[in-house]
Amino acid sequence: MAKRVLVLLGTKKGVFILDSDESRHAWSLAGPFCETWPIQHAIGEPVTGAIYAGGGSEWFGPAVWKSNDLGRTWTHSRAGLAYEAGEVPVKTVWSLAARGDALYVGVEPAGLFRSDDAGETFTHLDGLQKHPTRAEWNPGGAGLILHSLVIDRADTRKIWVGISAAGVFHSADGGATWEPRNRGTRSDFMPEGQRYPEFGQCVHCVVQAANSERLYQQNHCGMYSSDDGGRSWNSIEAGLPSSFGFPAAIHPRDPDTLYLLPLNGDIKGRYMPDAKAAVWRTRDGGASWQALRNGLPQESAFFGVLRQALATDTLDQAGVYFGTSSGSVYASRDEGETWGCIAQHLPMISSVETLVLDEAARGGA
Amino acid sequence: MTGAAGNIDVRLSPLLLRLFPDAEPRLDIAADNVCALIDALDARWPGMGDCIRDSSPAVRRHVSIFVDGRRATLDTKLPPGTDVFILTAISGG
Repeated sequence: MAKRVLVLLGTKKGVFILDSDESRHAWSLAGPFCETWPIQHAIGEPVTGAIYAGGGSEWFGPAVWKSNDLGRTWTHSRAGLAYEAGEVPVKTVWSLAARGDALYVGVEPAGLFRSDDAGETFTHLDGLQKHPTRAEWNPGGAGLILHSLVIDRADTRKIWVGISAAGVFHSADGGATWEPRNRGTRSDFMPEGQRYPEFGQCVHCVVQAANSERLYQQNHCGMYSSDDGGRSWNSIEAGLPSSFGFPAAIHPRDPDTLYLLPLNGDIKGRYMPDAKAAVWRTRDGGASWQALRNGLPQESAFFGVLRQALATDTLDQAGVYFGTSSGSVYASRDEGETWGCIAQHLPMISSVETLVLDEAARGGA
Repeated sequence: MTGAAGNIDVRLSPLLLRLFPDAEPRLDIAADNVCALIDALDARWPGMGDCIRDSSPAVRRHVSIFVDGRRATLDTKLPPGTDVFILTAISGG
């Protein structure tokens, strides 16, 4: 059956949706949705076709928005999406992960919620708040945010989260108890002799490889992979133009293929190295890297790409997409070999995700 | 519409009405303080309470509630006939 491809954009001023057929040659743009709220993350659930968007309003606080008709209409809920009285309130939703009707929600200040009714109500999984190291977690530049949310494909009780700047934590019991999983990742900003702490790393993005338990991590200080559930991490940054970046995106089927978008450095402006845009791809699990820049701007590219703004689709020749801090979306329909700009002049893009549907799923945005 | 005995006269921010399209821009409602007023609004339009009041609990930083022209807190008393405006700050960017 023919496919329809949606690219879901979370931006500073609402959700936008790019829509194409499986050729991915022509794209239409719809939006902004969600009352132009700042949206940190918008995702699609491929089984139900539901679209969720998480963010927070300066006026009204956090909420999860939902559309069951591909963006035409939206509802919103924050029922239960709150800490106990007396604690610092939830400011905004930062990350979403859906498994059927189960929806996991990462928030700022760092915490994890779960919905079992497709985003109508939320329950706080309070194990992170009870972790003995919690009082020592310090916020990164964007706050104390739970930005990466990996739910194991085979066993949903196994969860990894990335928290800036507390590091990677793992739960084997669905979020009740947690342990740090940061061994081997550097904290270059710490004094000499203290650069491999148990926690406190500035993790930027954690993803799980396709068809594998392997994890990949983009950190403030390097790129890493782990084949033991994060118990130990191995550097894979050799061959990349810098050790600094934000997003990471997996290939939909090949666990050895990973896409990164290194920036020039944490104290050098945080834009494309030499102001020339490139996505970097490994086909061998990080042993070697290729710069993919055919069709990307090769001069004056002073933009950044945020941690949730790089994604792939699931078509046979995978599409790769990224959204910039200056509101452009670049796409490749050949696994990164060639690129084109498919949207521009949008608000700052916080997240890019894809939703591939059977062509019969018409209507919507 | 003016506040009947025991009731107060409440006007809601247009931004709040965009989130809750079924809500009325102006209504009479019985409540003896701001916290009770927010509870009453939430009972009518579930979710509205959390949009006005955070879990501290406190009125959200960029929401203001004016009672007879003075900025209120959750504990502010609401005598019958009081005028209440729930407004959103001119924040943004």
